[in-house]
Amino acid sequence: MKLIPRRRRDELSNWSPLNHLGRLREEVNRLFESPFSEWSRGSEFFGEWTPSVDLLDTKDKLTVKAELPGLKKEDIDISLDGNNLTIAGERRHEDERKEGEVYRSEMYYGRFQRTIALPHAVDSNKITANYKNGLLTVDLPKTEEAKRKQIEVKVS
Amino acid sequence: MNTLTQNQNRAADQPKSTDRSFVVPAVNISSNPDEYLVEAEMPGVARDGLEVLVEGNQLTIIGRRQPEAQTGEFLYCESCPDDYRRIFEIASDIDTTKITAQMDQGVLKLRLPKVERVKPRRIPIAG
Repeated sequence: MKLIPRRRRDELSNWSPLNHLGRLREEVNRLFESPFSEWSRGSEFFGEWTPSVDLLDTKDKLTVKAELPGLKKEDIDISLDGNNLTIAGERRHEDERKEGEVYRSEMYYGRFQRTIALPHAVDSNKITANYKNGLLTVDLPKTEEAKRKQIEVKVS
Repeated sequence: MNTLTQNQNRAADQPKSTDRSFVVPAVNISSNPDEYLVEAEMPGVARDGLEVLVEGNQLTIIGRRQPEAQTGEFLYCESCPDDYRRIFEIASDIDTTKITAQMDQGVLKLRLPKVERVKPRRIPIAG
């Protein structure tokens, strides 16, 4: 989490430990007010971040959804290796400020990668992907064999 | 509640939502001599699911996700189905009549222009 706002030099002159405690307490409060949103939103690890992912299993296909706000379509790569689907890419930081200050910087930028092990064989030729409202949706139709297997399991 | 430019312990002022919960979107807040720029991450929210309210010195951003009819089984579910909401206290140097909002791929961009009198101005020296 990037929660520490950058401070101006002149703020340092009236630095007081009480101010700092107040700040810390506020951040802790914020964490407890919304424990799940903070953790489920993905995390940053060694300079890379990991987007939140959902995997939905329906009769004919698997659907993977990834929360990727503020990207460009061309900066997202989707690849399938065996039954492993990898979503990778880069979120670029377009800073339009020429001069000014930063008060809060909570968003993640840079490279991300997520690999999802798919529980069924999918037809790699029929995969489709759609990126809308910052949400990537990948539809992976199951192979005929995978569909048959499912039915067999149900019968036995 | 967070002021745009300061962190204060105002958690007690945050309206308690008894009937439903919201996700707090991640924000970037910066400023330049002319305006403040607030960016908020709300993946899954379309333009028409967005609500930006200014009441007094309080700025509220709400993002509603598009409901989806899912028929199937979630094998992983890391995303949160709740809507987004975050409330800020805005400073008196913002011209609230000129706030503009833009939504691009799940990122809300709010521009809050400063009132004319607080903008830095170079005074030409006559003579």
